[in-house]
This record gives sequence, structure tokens and C-alpha cells, in this order.
Amino acid sequence: MQTLREFTRKTKRGNILKIVREHYLRDDIACGSDLCRQCFQNEVYHLDSRHEIQSSLFKFPHYLVLDTNVVLDQIDVLEEDVLRNVVVLTTVLNEVKHKSSSIYKRFNEIVHDRTRNFYVFVNEHHKDTYADREPDETANDRNDRAIRLATKWYDNHLQASQSSKEFERNGRAVTRVVLLTDDAGNRAKAEAEGILVASAADYVKSLDDFPLLLDKLSHKTFENEKKGLPQYPAHLSMKELLEGLRQKKLLQGAFQASRENYLEGSVNVEQFEKGILIQGRESLNRAVDGDLVAVELLPEEEWSAPSEIVLEEKNVYADEVPSEERAEDEKDMLKQVRAAASSAERTPTGRIVGIVRRKWRQYCGILQPSLIEDTNRHIFVPADRKIPRIRIETRQAAKLQNQRIIVTIDTWPRNSRYPHGHFVRSLGPLGDMATENEVILLEHDVPHCKFSDEVLSFLPKMPWTITEEDYAKRVDLRDLYICSVDPPGCTDIDDALHCRELPNGNLEVGVHIADVSHFIRPGNALDKEAGARGTTVYLVGKRIDMVPELLSSNLCSLVGGVERFAFSCVWELDKEANVLDKRFHKSVIKSKRAMTYEEAQVIIDDSTQQNELAKSLRNLNKLAKILKKRRMDSGALVLASPEIRFQVDSETHEPLEVEVKQMRETNSMVEEFMLLANITVAQHIANEFSECAVLRRHPRPPPSNFDPLVKAARYQGFQVDTESGLELAHSLDKCVKADNPYFNTMIRILTTRCMMQAVYFISGSLQKEEFFHYGLAAPIYTHFTSPIRRYSDIMVHRLLAASIGADSTYAQLLERKANEEICHNLNYRHKMAQYAGRASVALNTHLFFRGKEEDEEGYVLFVRKNALQVLIPKYGLEGTLYLKSDKDGKDGVERTKSEIVFTFNEEDYTQRCGNVVFHSFDPVTVRLSLDSTNVQHEKLIFRLVKPYIKGFSVETTTNETDGQAVATPPPSKKTKKDKKKK
Amino acid sequence: MAGNFELLSEQGLRLDGRRPHELRHIKCKLGVFEQPDGSAYMEQGNTKVLAAVYGPHQAKGKKTESNDVIINCQYSQATFSTAERKNRPRGDRKSLEFKMYLQQALSAAIKSELYPRSQIDIYVEVLQADGANYAVALNAATLALIDAGICLNEFIVACTASLSKSNIPLTDISHFEEVSGGPKLTVAALPTAEKIAFLEMSERFHIDHLETVIETAMAGCREIRDILEAAVKEHLVHMGSAADWARVC
Repeated sequence: MQTLREFTRKTKRGNILKIVREHYLRDDIACGSDLCRQCFQNEVYHLDSRHEIQSSLFKFPHYLVLDTNVVLDQIDVLEEDVLRNVVVLTTVLNEVKHKSSSIYKRFNEIVHDRTRNFYVFVNEHHKDTYADREPDETANDRNDRAIRLATKWYDNHLQASQSSKEFERNGRAVTRVVLLTDDAGNRAKAEAEGILVASAADYVKSLDDFPLLLDKLSHKTFENEKKGLPQYPAHLSMKELLEGLRQKKLLQGAFQASRENYLEGSVNVEQFEKGILIQGRESLNRAVDGDLVAVELLPEEEWSAPSEIVLEEKNVYADEVPSEERAEDEKDMLKQVRAAASSAERTPTGRIVGIVRRKWRQYCGILQPSLIEDTNRHIFVPADRKIPRIRIETRQAAKLQNQRIIVTIDTWPRNSRYPHGHFVRSLGPLGDMATENEVILLEHDVPHCKFSDEVLSFLPKMPWTITEEDYAKRVDLRDLYICSVDPPGCTDIDDALHCRELPNGNLEVGVHIADVSHFIRPGNALDKEAGARGTTVYLVGKRIDMVPELLSSNLCSLVGGVERFAFSCVWELDKEANVLDKRFHKSVIKSKRAMTYEEAQVIIDDSTQQNELAKSLRNLNKLAKILKKRRMDSGALVLASPEIRFQVDSETHEPLEVEVKQMRETNSMVEEFMLLANITVAQHIANEFSECAVLRRHPRPPPSNFDPLVKAARYQGFQVDTESGLELAHSLDKCVKADNPYFNTMIRILTTRCMMQAVYFISGSLQKEEFFHYGLAAPIYTHFTSPIRRYSDIMVHRLLAASIGADSTYAQLLERKANEEICHNLNYRHKMAQYAGRASVALNTHLFFRGKEEDEEGYVLFVRKNALQVLIPKYGLEGTLYLKSDKDGKDGVERTKSEIVFTFNEEDYTQRCGNVVFHSFDPVTVRLSLDSTNVQHEKLIFRLVKPYIKGFSVETTTNETDGQAVATPPPSKKTKKDKKKK
Repeated sequence: MAGNFELLSEQGLRLDGRRPHELRHIKCKLGVFEQPDGSAYMEQGNTKVLAAVYGPHQAKGKKTESNDVIINCQYSQATFSTAERKNRPRGDRKSLEFKMYLQQALSAAIKSELYPRSQIDIYVEVLQADGANYAVALNAATLALIDAGICLNEFIVACTASLSKSNIPLTDISHFEEVSGGPKLTVAALPTAEKIAFLEMSERFHIDHLETVIETAMAGCREIRDILEAAVKEHLVHMGSAADWARVC
């Protein structure tokens, strides 16, 4: 069974160590082919001779062996369901894992897809294919040799099996093994050894049935490329970089491209607070946003200041040589910047000399229309303005016009202005709702593919029934008057409430949460998938579930009139809402009714209703008010953020109407009890599991965060105290203006922006004092009440269940490190889900305003140097109204001629134009319209209507007719707004 | 380095190419020295241990007061036994700990009632350390005791076991696996009687898996016992062939 051979390995760890490890070589590793007659195949065959692929290069059935470079560079080709019967060597797998973990992950997914017939062959432990490292041989060479050795062995091994007479009688061609490698040296050696070999590009070209696969090939060099002059300075070699970094001659940091100016960016370096400024194409030296780069600091006299110019790259065409004119353009910009840079504003400036690590990913964008008809070469314009344009080759340009596509960068040679990349896939037509949603999900890294069969296999079998055993284990609460209150249209109901009077006059209140952890057992594929997704993501008109729909909308959802499993938290409260007793148990409930907030409100208000349900709702409402008051008194903050709902057309999914979300008493009623449940559970699990409880904290923001708020309030004559949460809450309550009812809300919106992000953490990782939840003023907090849409709640459910003996513990439950990793992922997913939600709202707002112009009332939220930040309460929308300032450097001559000049007063943050003065929180009327000139970046434009400033404001519709003509500013008076539209 | 490696690949092979239940390659030899009463050399993979036994002899000094046999162990690791050549003093904490463990395990196996007021000295030297040092040391000591002709209840053998992340138990842990994370459970047992003389665990894992991991270690013990038994028999045949004992066996 086993043979033994030893091998030695030297590794450097400060001093050189000789490490000796055993390495067992085996004779029981199967080749995985159904043709083989020799190997003992205990598993199903992975390589199936029935799948044949037609290649003009190898006109016989064949298996493929991939070299590491093919996997690394051509992962997009591999992900296409074309190549089958591939032998994956562990040598290759290890190299891929070592070089790029993201590609390793993607590759692993392909390997695991059984329909693709990929077989992992453990060549490193096979007695015939193990290659011992020879003296003076580099690791790379050895790996190449190991790959060739394994290929050769496979070929011989298969031929030995196929030479039998029976096989010949069948008349089938002999299956061979082909090595794919992009390393010319390796190819030459393989040929010399008699191995069938091809480069990935040649092989893909030979597949006549799949011509479009060619698009996905990664190109290191473009064919018949004009060997242009190098446009960029050469990068330093890795060795020079490391040496320079070690000697502190170079600085290392992440490169951040500027959104406004494509010739500018900065590198965040530890030693400098603001980051090092990089200006100009040559200094940027092919760095792409996110890359880890090495920077050389320029001498101080060459330092510059960030330009405030918006510079967008003009359209260029694939075959165009960079024109002189544009080079001039760039020089001009640099000159301007240097000249404008007064000595005070100069910041450390540097140039990039090398790339430590590329952070290239897949980019979303559109194809730039090409001038020449039949060309394969195209320019891709990424949606993200920080990313440069990318040259790609595609044969389906006509089809891809007006589609959103995904492209990835392969290389950026010195003599190419733009990086080279290849087409990955198309998302769909531009402007289509489904496509745009897809873009949002991709950009926010939201996992949204369908649940795999493996995941679905762990769902309960339908029809699902509650067994006697289940009843025996759970407390039967089916007779209680339990009801749920949710927003309209909610199908994933995860909480329900009840309240009844006890004989002793006290009240019993129960919060019943869907028992998701009953269905999702720890460690299985379903659990892992839910953990990876972390949260359900809500887009306008679309929900991306964390758990499959069968659970989220059916078995777990506490719908009315149906028996469901719940995890109950039951308190005994007195009339003053003091908690006298609490208990947790799993239960079976039958919700009497699933209500909307509005319905519940109607029942409470309608005093003619005196049934059990109405009574308990009223009791709950009473208690909630007391609880809320108590919470406020202890310093909980009431924050506001503009929230809106879209009425979406059920067929086109286009927004029809926008409304601001209404807050009713019942909203806050449900919220209070959820908070109470969360806090009660948090206390309990933190006591039971002092090392590994999943909790949520909201750190106190640093005092400097509050500066803008304090200032804004001070100009309005209010004092905001930020010393403690309590003082802040009180001073916010006092910020009321009789003439401006929206003022308090705006102040609260500003406060919200000062806050930190609340995060999940594991109790053992922090001190008790740090558990504090600032916003809620609770010493300890967790999430327990929404297990259908948050994974953290599932973890909390499991902990709680284990602590009350309702469920067994399991290994992972108590592992602090593993749980910390999960928390980290959850925090990330939550943040991304939030951003995705906002992006979706923004997208729908844009769609709503398409082809519309509306005058809306709004308020000035901030006054900036050259603009007003305006908030429109009706849409919860915020935007910038640009003003011209009098000291704009560039075309100052023109500007002075115009009488419409805004003066910014830094003292009290006001903008003045003639006798009109803008303060923060002033009401204004603005005209909203959509600017669609840039198809990828539609944006809302705000134009001033009221107060009316001649020559700047747009005319109101009443005196439109000839007023417009008069008011149209002469060319010299172009406002910045007008310029933008060009 | 720790914790970065998956102990068991998806293809079901461990870091060094073994399957989960497989022991490392074992070589052993009895009677390698002439000077002591009994001696043995044992190799389990790259862990190499030398053991020597003196006695039973009259206990010295105060110790004679007790009626029981005194088992005196010494465990030491050679300076050159690991990749880093560290000078290891004889009385360091680790050695003392192992010494205690050895005494505990061996006293369960030695028929102490046969050796009143006597002392048995067992010296163990680890020449090369590559994981499961204690287990191999104990196995070598067992062989040396047999070589010295000391009566044992039965073979006392030790084996380690671990648990991969996919919850598959692994037998006989190498040094690389020890430092790559994962728990390490050492069991010293009397395999035929199915008694555990000594049990030690390095890291926590969930109690659900304890039984399977112990069973894996026990299975390893039984396998090692068979190998040791074969080695003893071979040794006897070799020794006895001069006296025509070969026919007896």
C-alpha cells in the first residue's frame, strides 16, 4: 500500500533551516478515467470518454492537463462550460493556491462541478509521477518537470489500457493526453519529450464549435501590435522594490485613483497622514486603483497641490495613436496645477516606481462605440471612473453595444496607453432593470446566484408536518393570541408578539421569533451558504434571500393561522413595564393574524373593538411607550435618515410613485419589544458564554466627528452637547424652530452622519466596557429577532438554544476564532447590503426622473465653498446645487464680467449673491431633472428656482414664455451648471 | 505557519501523503546496546528514539522503605533532534513532564508485585523529533523492558490522534501536522485489555468527537502492538536460533 521516500527542503526563516519532512508515495492513487483497466477505482469516474470536444489541432479524443500559468491567466475560459475532461495536478493546484487565492477559489468551484469532468490527480504522492528536486533546479523548473512527467505518465498509462484488442475492435480512436501551457520553454521541452502540447490560445482557436470563447482569452500581447515607443517608465524589479522598501527609500501603500481627475491619485502611506499625491501619467505609471504600489517621494521643491479640475478622458479609438494634442492637454493641466499650487497647499508628492501587488478584479462597464466597422479591437469604458479604459478584443462588438459587460485586465505593457484585458461576460442591455440590479449586486459583492442543489438538499422535505415528537419537545402556545405586525407586502415574517393579563394583575409579554436554527443545522451546505451571504439584501422591488425561499417565505415565516415553530422570549412585566421574570423556550405557535402597521394602528385606535387581540395590542402599545420613555431618559438617540418607498410597477419594475416611509405608533411598539428581546438575550448569552457570545456594539464616535453638527447648530443659535449620549439626546430635543418644522429632522439627519458603524463581535475579544451600544444607550446588545434575514441571529439562536438545553452544542459553536471570522464577514456583508440598498434607491430615483422636470421644495443642508447641499424631504433625496464663486482661478476674467457672483463667507458659512443670502437649513425651491448625457452615470441635476436670482435661477413655469429667452445667459455668462451639461 | 494548512486534502490525503488512518513507517530493533540490561531503538517516521533499561536492582537509599517497585524514568531530547539546534538541559520542564507521564504509563504495565523493594531505571533519548515524541518514547521503553526481561502485564503502547477540520480523525500525528493546528490527543493503552493507562490532550475540541478520536488512537495502538510483537518475536528467533529455540516459536 505505501512506499516511503524522504525529501528535504530548505526554508529561510531568519536563519537557514534544513527541514526534513516525510513524503509518502503511494500506489493506490487512481487515474480517474473510465478507460483505465489498471487502477483500482473506488469512486465514480471523473474523466468520461463520452464527452468529446472537437479540436482541429487534435483530431482524436483527448484529456487535457493544464499548466499553472493557464489556470492563472485563462480562468475565464475555464469557467465557460466548454473544456471538459481535464486532469488537474496537485502541483498545479498548489501553485495556483500560492499565487492567487481568488483564482484558486474560482478554480476550485470548477473542479467541484461534477458535470465538468475535472479530476484532481495527486501526482505529488503517486509513486510514478513524483519528481524529486534535482540539485541546482529552481522550484519552478521542478514543477514544470513534474507536470510534464505526470502528463507523460498519464498518456502512457491510458495507452496501455487502450491497446487491448477489444478496444481496437470497437473502432474508437485512442484517447490521448494533451498538455496546455503558455510557457514557451516548457512547451519546447514537452515536445522534445514526445508529449502532445499546445498553448492555451492555439487550443482555444482550434475549437471550431466555440468561436466566442476566443474573446475570453487573456492576452499578454496583442497580435500585430505596433511596437510603439514605451509610454511609461519601466517598473523596478521585485528585488529592487523590496530592497528600496527595506532601506526606506521607497514607500509602500495602496493607490487610490481620483474620481474627478484621471491623471491624479494618491497613495496612502503610513508615515503621511494625507497620503502622497501622484500627478501625471508618467508618475502614475500604470497603477490601477487599489494596487499596492511602491512610491518614490519627490524632493520638496517639486511638491504640488491637488488640482481641483475635473478632467475626464476624452474618447479615443482603439487604433489611434495618442495624439500630440492630448499630450499637450496633459502638460497644460500639470503646468496649471503647479502654478496654482500656492506654497501653503502643497502636499507631499511622489511618483510610482513599481507595483508590489496588483489588485485587479473584474470591472463592469460598456464598450465604446468604434469608428471602424470591422475591427476586433475595442475600448472598454469602466463604470467606475477610477479605473482606466481597457483595450479588449472581441468578435461580438455589435451584439455588445449598449450592453453592460464585464471585463478583466490581463496586463499593462509599457508601450500601451491602456491596459489590455479580455471580455468576461455580458450582464444585459443598458438601462434594463434586471441588468442594473445585477450591476449593483456585483459592485457590492453581494452573492446572488441561485442556491445550489447541494444547498437545497438540506431543506426539509415537503409536505412538511409537525410531528408528535416536535410537540413533546416544545412548549405549546397555540392557544395564545399571538399576532405579527410588519410592513405591507412582507413575506418573511420573523417576529410575532403576544400579551395577556396574568391572574396577579401583571402582564405576560412574549416575543416569538421564527425558529430558523431548527431548519438550518450547523455545518451543512445550507448553513455555510447562509453564513457566506450573511444577510438578506433588499433592493427596490427585489429581495436577495439569505436562505432559500421555502424557508424564508414559508416554513419559517410566522404567517397568520398556521402552526409554526418559534423561539420564544417571555417576560412577566408589571404595569410600569418593569421586568419581573423572563424565560426562553422553543415553542409551537399559531399566529392569529399577520397585520400591517396600519391595520394594527386602526385596531388600537378603534375603541369599539374589544376582542382579545385589540386588548393585547393596546397593552403592548402602553408598555412600549413606557419602555421607550425609559430608554430615552437613559440617553438613547432618536436618529433620522430620509427613507423613501417606491411604488413599483409590477410588470416593468419601474418606479411609479415615491413616498416617504411613514412612522406610526405601531412601528415603535414592535421596535421596543424587539429591542427588549435583543437586550434580554444578549445579557443571557453573554453570561452563559463569556468567551464566545455573538454580540453587537456601537462604538462612541470620536468627538471630532460631531464638529460639522455642532457648527451647523451654532449658526442657528442652538447649543449641541456631545459630551455623552444623554446630553446629545437632550440637546437634540431642544433644536426646534417654530417656523421650520423640518429643522429638527435635519439636525437629526446630520447627527446620524456623525455616527460610527455598529458591528458584531465575539464577547471574548473585548473588554466588558466596550460592549456598549451608543445609539441605543444599552450596555449590551445583540441581534436575535430576525433570523430569516440575518445570519448573526441564527448564531445567537444556537447559543441561546444550547444554553437552555433545547439543542445540542457542536464544536464550532464555542470556537472563538472561527466565530470571529464569521462576525468579520457579517460586518462586511451588512455594510455592502446597506450600500447596495442605497444604490438601488438612487437608481430608482433616476429612473423616476427620467424625462421629467419637477420643482420641489427643499432645504439647504450644508453650505459649501462652491455649492449648496440640498435635501428634498419629499423624496429623501440629497443633491448638490453648484454655485459660481468669485475667486475661481481658471476663467476669472470671464467671471468678473458676470454680475452673478456668489460670495462665500467662511465665518458663518453663508453664500451671498446680491441681497440673497443662503444659510444652512434655509428653505429653497429647486428644479430636478436627469442628466443622461453620460449613459453610465446618469445624475440628477438641481437648479435653483426660488429664491430667484436673475441670470442664475431657472424661470418658474408661470413666466416661462419670453422670460426664458431674456434670462438665457449670454455665452460669456455660462454658469458652471451649463458647462456641466455640455 | 500554524493553522494555515488543511490537515486533510479533499482527495483524502494528509500533508505527507498518508491516508487518515495510516501510521507512519515503523522500524524497531531490540538489544541495540550491550551495557544495559535491556535496550531498544525505535523509528516512527522521522521520530527516532533510543531506550535503555537497567534493573531490576536493589533500590538505593531511602527509597527501600517502600515495598513497591520504584520505576525511575529519564526523558531527554538530543540537541540535534530538531531543525533548530537548541541546547536542551536535562531537567527542563518538558522533559520532567514527559518523565512523569512515562512513569505513570509504565507502572500500569509492569507487574510490580514481582519486584518488591527494587528499582527499574528507564532512560529514553530522543535522537530526532518529528512529532508524537512521547508516544514513540513509550513504545521504545516497552521494547527495552521486554529486552531486559521484565515482566509486563501486556504491551503498553502509545499513539496520537488528531481531528481534521472536516471532522475526520487522523492517526499518528507528525510534527508538521502538530504545528499546522488541530488538536493532539495522546493515548497510552494496554490494547488487549482495552485499558487506557494515560491520556493527554493538547487543544480543545468538541466532546462529540472525543469518542471517535480516542477510538482512532486505540486502533493505532493495536496496530503498533502488532508491529512490536512481530519485532519481539523476530528478535527472539534471532537470539534463540543459536539455542535451537526457533522450533519453539
